[in-house]
Amino acid sequence: MLKLPGLKTLKSESASMYAKIREKKVNIGETVVEMRNITKHFPGVLANDHINFEVKAGEVHALLGENGAGKTTLMNILYGLYQPDEGEIYIKGEKVEIRSPKDAIELGIGMVHQHFMLVDVFSVVENIVLGLKELNIVIPVEEVAKQLEEYGERYGLKIDPSAKIWQLSAGEKQRVEIIKALYRGADILILDEPTSVLAQSEVKPFFEMLRKMVAEGKSIIFITHKLEEVMAVSDRVTVLRKGKVVGTLKTSETNERELARMMVGREVIFRLEKKPVKRGKPVLEVVNLRALNDKGVEALKGVSFKVYEGEIFGIAGVAGNGQKELIEVITGLRKATAGKVYIMGEDVTNKPPRVILKKNVAHIPEERIEMGIIPNMNISENLILKYYNEPPFVKEFYNEKLRIVLNEEEIEKFSNRLVKEYEIMTPSIKTPAKLLSGGNIQRLILARELSSNPSLIIAAHPTYGLDVGATEYIRKLLLKEREKGAAILLVSEDLEEIMSLSDRIAVIFAGEFVGIVKAEEANIEDIGLMMAGIKRMPISEGLEREG
Amino acid sequence: MRVKIFNLLTIEYEKRQEITLEQSLKLTTMALVTAFIIMGIIFAGFGVNPFLAIFSIFAWSLFTPAGFTSTLTRMIPLLLCGVGLAIAFRALFWNIGAEGQLLMGAIAATGIALFVPGIPDFLLLPTILLMGFIVGALWGLIPAALKLKFETNEVITTLMLNYVAFRLVKYLVYGPWKGKKVYNFPFSDTFPPAAWEPKIPGTPIYVYSFVLSLLFAVGLYFFMNKTTLGYEIRVVGENIKAARYAGINYTKTILITMLISGGLAGLAGAGLMTGVQHRLQNPEAISPGYGYTAIIVAWLGRLNPLYVILSAFFMAILIVGGQQIQITLGLPFGVVNIFNGVILFVLIAFEPLREYRVSFYWNEKYPWGSFMNKLFSTVFK
Repeated sequence: MLKLPGLKTLKSESASMYAKIREKKVNIGETVVEMRNITKHFPGVLANDHINFEVKAGEVHALLGENGAGKTTLMNILYGLYQPDEGEIYIKGEKVEIRSPKDAIELGIGMVHQHFMLVDVFSVVENIVLGLKELNIVIPVEEVAKQLEEYGERYGLKIDPSAKIWQLSAGEKQRVEIIKALYRGADILILDEPTSVLAQSEVKPFFEMLRKMVAEGKSIIFITHKLEEVMAVSDRVTVLRKGKVVGTLKTSETNERELARMMVGREVIFRLEKKPVKRGKPVLEVVNLRALNDKGVEALKGVSFKVYEGEIFGIAGVAGNGQKELIEVITGLRKATAGKVYIMGEDVTNKPPRVILKKNVAHIPEERIEMGIIPNMNISENLILKYYNEPPFVKEFYNEKLRIVLNEEEIEKFSNRLVKEYEIMTPSIKTPAKLLSGGNIQRLILARELSSNPSLIIAAHPTYGLDVGATEYIRKLLLKEREKGAAILLVSEDLEEIMSLSDRIAVIFAGEFVGIVKAEEANIEDIGLMMAGIKRMPISEGLEREG
Repeated sequence: MRVKIFNLLTIEYEKRQEITLEQSLKLTTMALVTAFIIMGIIFAGFGVNPFLAIFSIFAWSLFTPAGFTSTLTRMIPLLLCGVGLAIAFRALFWNIGAEGQLLMGAIAATGIALFVPGIPDFLLLPTILLMGFIVGALWGLIPAALKLKFETNEVITTLMLNYVAFRLVKYLVYGPWKGKKVYNFPFSDTFPPAAWEPKIPGTPIYVYSFVLSLLFAVGLYFFMNKTTLGYEIRVVGENIKAARYAGINYTKTILITMLISGGLAGLAGAGLMTGVQHRLQNPEAISPGYGYTAIIVAWLGRLNPLYVILSAFFMAILIVGGQQIQITLGLPFGVVNIFNGVILFVLIAFEPLREYRVSFYWNEKYPWGSFMNKLFSTVFK
C-alpha cells in the first residue's frame, strides 16, 4: 500500500498478520484464493451448498449462474460481509477468517458492488481516501492524484481526480470504485456484474483494462450471468446452480451452449421463433410529442409514431435519450408540454394514469423494484395492484355503487392461478414480494400486466439484468402476446433483443427519432451508428397509414 | 459482519430478510424490559427501591379496582389517538399533531354543548362527539392540504398547529368562553347534564367513548386490511412510485388518511369533555399530552390497530401507576414523562435488531463470560 505522509501505524495482531499475507509474493498461476466446502443458510434457503472455489494469480475467473444461484452470497462471504455456516477460506495458502470487509481489505481483497458505495458530493480523491485509517487531517490530494495518473496509464483507468462523484457517469463511478480497491492494495478484485452499468461502447475498453490487470498478476473474480462476457474476458469459469457448483472449466475449452446448459440445467433455445402476424389497426399513436425531464430540460423533442395490433415496435437507444420520458408521458406519469397521444383513437394526452390504464394498457416498468412492485406487501397484494377496485376483487353493494370491501376469496383464486400460469417460484401467495428473485419479480409484474389481455403493452427493458432462463421466458411471452394481437412498444438497450423481437425499429437519440426501419431490413451497424447519433435514416416508416 | 470489542465481546450481525411475529414480539418485550431496567436505575437514583417502584406501578394500576378502572379510562384517548396515528404513519404521513387535533375536538364539544341551543337531549351527545370528530379532522386536513399543495413538511406543520390549538383553548377559557359562575377561574361553564357521557356505575369509565375506541380499533384493522381504501393507504405508504404507477390518487388517499387520523384525535378530545371534564379549561388540565404519548402507543403497537389496543392499555398502566407512585413513594412529577421518553428511546434503539440478526459472544476467559453467554443466548435466540 502506498505510504501517506505522516502515517501512523497502529495495527492489531491479526491485521498485521493479514498484511503479511497480502504482501506475500505469488507467481502467476499459483492459487491465491481457495474456498473449501462453503455452506451458507438463509431462512428457508440454502444459498451456498458445500461450494469449492479457487482462483489463481493472473486470471479472470468468471462466476456464472442465474439470479439466485448463490454467486453474490459466496463473494460476500469472501469479502467478510457474511460468515459461512461451514467451510474454510485460504488466501495464498494461509487459512484465514474474514470477519469484516476490513479484514478482506487487509488481505488484499477488493469488491466492487453493483450499487456503488460512494459519497456523491465528495470529489474522486476524497472518496478514495475515505476510511483510510492512515489519513491525516490534511488530505494528500497531490499524492493521490499522482497515483491516479499512474493507474490511468497502467490500466487505462482515466479519471479526473477533482471531479465530484455526482458529475460522473455510471461507468466512471465504477472506475472510482476499482481505483479505490487498488489504492488499498487489492490484488484480488471481485466485480459484481460490472458491465450492467456500462454502455455498450464502454464494455470493450473495460475488458481490455481487466486483461492488463491480470497480466500484472492480479486476480479478478467476475460475477456475471451473461455468457458472451464469460467467453470474451475470462480464463476460467465456475458455474453455480441453486447454490451448488456445477463445474469449473477453462473458457477456451467450452462454448456458450454448454455453459448455458450447465447454468440452466437444460437446453436453451437462443433463436426465437417469430411467426408472421398480420398487423391490424393502429392502437397507439404519438404525434409530435414533447416533454421535459426531471431537471426541467426538454428531453423529448417532437416524436411521432404509431404502433399497430400484432406488432412489436422497438425503440433502440442509449439510456437517457428520452426513452424514459416517452414512456412516462404515454402512461400518464409525466406531463407532455406539446403533442398528442392517442390510444385506440382516443386522445389521452396528459390524462391521469388510471384513465390510461383503463384503456387496457399494460406497463412493464424499467424500475422493477422501485415502481413495479411493493416489496413489503405480499405476492397476492402485488398481483391485484391494478385491479383491486374492480369486481370480482371488490364486493359490490347498493347497486354496484359501493365498492370498498375486498373479496379475498376471489383475490386468492386469481393469485393462485397467476402464480401457476406464470411459473412464479414462491412458497406461497402470502410471501412478501421482496423475497423473490429478480426473475420471479419480473414474472410477477408480467403476470399482473398481461393477465388482462392488454391491447397495448409498454415494455421497458423487460429482460434487463435477468438470467438466460427468465429472459427466454419473457421474450416468448411477448411474442405470444403479439400473436394474440396486442400492440407492443418495446424499449431496450439490448440490441440483440430489439433485433430479434421487433417488427419495426426506431432509434432514439437526444430526444428525437433518428430513423425507423423494418426489422428485416435493419442491420446492426446502422442501428449502432444511429444510437451514437452519427447516422440518420428516414423516419417515414413510422408515420405511414396502413401496413 | 463481525465486530470485536476489546477482548470482551464479539458481536456478529447480518441483515435479516424477514421477521416472524414471534421474533417481533420477543424484541418488543425485550425493549420494554430494558426500559424497566433503565427506569429501575433512575428510581434507585431517587433513593427508591426499584423493584418496589415497578411492582407498585403494576400492582396499583392492574390489581386494585380504583387503579384498574382508572387505567381503562386513561386508555380511551390514548387508543383513539394511537389508532389514528397508526394509520397516518402507515401512509408515511408523520402526524405529530394529535394533541392539537384533540384540543380542537374539545373546543368543538364545548361549543356545541354550551352555545348551540335547541338540540334535543337524546341527540346532544351524538352531535357533540360527531362535531369533535369533524373539527379534529378539519384541523388535521390543514397540514395535509399544505403538504399536497405546497409540499410543506408535515412534521413541522402538525407540530406547530398543536401550539395554535393550545393557545386557542387558553384564549377561550380566559376570554370569551369564561363561565359566569366560575369565580374567575379559567373554566367555561359546566356542560348541561344531557351532554355528560354515562359512566359504568362505580367507575370513571365513560361508556360511549370507551366502546367507540374499541370499535374503531377493530374496525380500522379491517379497514386497513380488507378494503380498497386501506389497500390504497398501504400502497402509498410502502411505495409511492408504485402507487402512482397503478393510478392511485395520492391526494385523495392522504386526505382520507388525515380525515381519519385527525377525526379520531378530535373524538378523543370531545370524549374527554363529555366524559371527564364537562367543561373547557386550561389545556394542560384537559390532556397531559395524550396526543404525544399516542405517538409511542402507535409505534409500540407496530402501527397495527389491533396491537395498538394492547399498547394503549400498557401506556395507560404506566400513566396511572406512575401517578400513584408519585404519591406513595414521593417521586417527582416528571416520572411519567421520563418513563415515556425512555420507552420511546429504547424502542428506537431496538429497531436495528428487527433488521439485523445479532449474536453476542462473550469471552469466556473472564468469570462472568459464560454467564453472559447463557443469558444472551436465552434472550436473543
